Amino acid sequence: MGKLKTQSLQKRDSDLANSNRQLEILSNGIFADGELPTFKDKISETNQFPLKAKKLEILQINVGYMCNQVCEHCHVDAGPDRKEIMTRDTMQQILDVIKTTGAHTLDLTGGAPEMNPHFRWFVEEASKVGVKDFIVRSNLTIIRANKKYYDLPDFFKKHNIHVVSSMPHWTRGKTDKQRGEGVFDMSIKALQELNERGYGMPGSDLKLDLVYNPNGAYLPGDQATMEKDFKKALLEDFNIQFHNLFAITNLPIARFLDYLIASENYEDYMHALVDAYNPAAVENVMCTNTLSVSWDGYLFDCDFNQMLALPVNSKSKHISDYKEELLEGRNIVISQHCYGCTAGAGSSCQGVVA
Amino acid sequence: MSKTYYDPADLRKFGKISEWNQELGDKFFDYYGKVFEEGTLTAREKSLIALAVAHTEQCPYCIDAYTKDGLQRGITKEEMMEALHVGAAIKSGATLVHGVQMMNKVNKLEM
Repeated sequence: MGKLKTQSLQKRDSDLANSNRQLEILSNGIFADGELPTFKDKISETNQFPLKAKKLEILQINVGYMCNQVCEHCHVDAGPDRKEIMTRDTMQQILDVIKTTGAHTLDLTGGAPEMNPHFRWFVEEASKVGVKDFIVRSNLTIIRANKKYYDLPDFFKKHNIHVVSSMPHWTRGKTDKQRGEGVFDMSIKALQELNERGYGMPGSDLKLDLVYNPNGAYLPGDQATMEKDFKKALLEDFNIQFHNLFAITNLPIARFLDYLIASENYEDYMHALVDAYNPAAVENVMCTNTLSVSWDGYLFDCDFNQMLALPVNSKSKHISDYKEELLEGRNIVISQHCYGCTAGAGSSCQGVVA
Repeated sequence: MSKTYYDPADLRKFGKISEWNQELGDKFFDYYGKVFEEGTLTAREKSLIALAVAHTEQCPYCIDAYTKDGLQRGITKEEMMEALHVGAAIKSGATLVHGVQMMNKVNKLEM
């Protein structure tokens, strides 16, 4: 892979590396002077405040912020310099919880989850518990980044992992612009290897889904149309197949927020999110059926709140003290970034929601 | 009064035209929305036509709107530029085809 796209905010010593600073920006300016309604005011208009957690369906584990890529839009501010990595002890505590919870989906994310030194052990142990859907969010390039990862497609297949991979566009230029030079070619190679193992093929139980998120300060287009375009182009150009495309809106936090401000797109983008607000999307927003666990075991309503250091509003705050009965029905912690999940057809880690 | 004729923020206020004539405004926006729905032409193709026309009409609001719309649909910058050349070719063709009228006139007037 070529040179990295950028550096993490933390490495750059940016004041946006501080989550409080991000929350300040999201609460001040156009939201403080009344030009735009706060998210709380907006959902109150349709009597949807406070947002309440329903029954847990998806347990999303962030096993660490280390990544081989430094994508321009990354909400995690992940990169090779990030040292936050989940320990085996925390993983063991999660395994204990998985055995008792009714969640049907286990969703591993990062950073690049495969870079956690205990990743394989954790996958092996967790797959023994038998969740219905076991997702690993792979950035694809990790599979080709180093010899020690070359066997990942076989490892995924062995444990019937549902692979969900980022792919911002079917062209090299747009992909590399967002994710770094050489990312497109490596991703294509990785997808071909996954296809060779049966991943993403029509009728195959080895699920391979792609995640699309826009390359800049605009919202994603219609998910079904984008999926059709992606499928046609990837099949024609590279003989690649996959199952579903998830169109995900970029939330205005971390590096994407930094980009929005630096490019003077912040206000227009927030207007676009608010204009596209859809109350129907609020009904199914992912924080109502998902719980996010951070690398150090703390609990959050979603991965975005994790990055903003907004912990769950519950007495059960850590995986070592996990009590589903305390977490169900909790009030979801919100701020203006939540507009990202309620715009248009809505957005979640599983794509549109409305 | 604004010191410039065009303000990018005005694009967001387009819907307000209905406030001074609700019936016609509603009819227009219903029509507009219908036109851009998926039809015999795809919404993607319509977006590219709109982008080209936005340029031939030299409407800065439309250029902003359909550039963004194109990006949202995954349309590449190469496709956008190709569409613009179609608009430009028709514009220049429309100019040049009048040259026939000029030639006819010259031929009629000259001995």
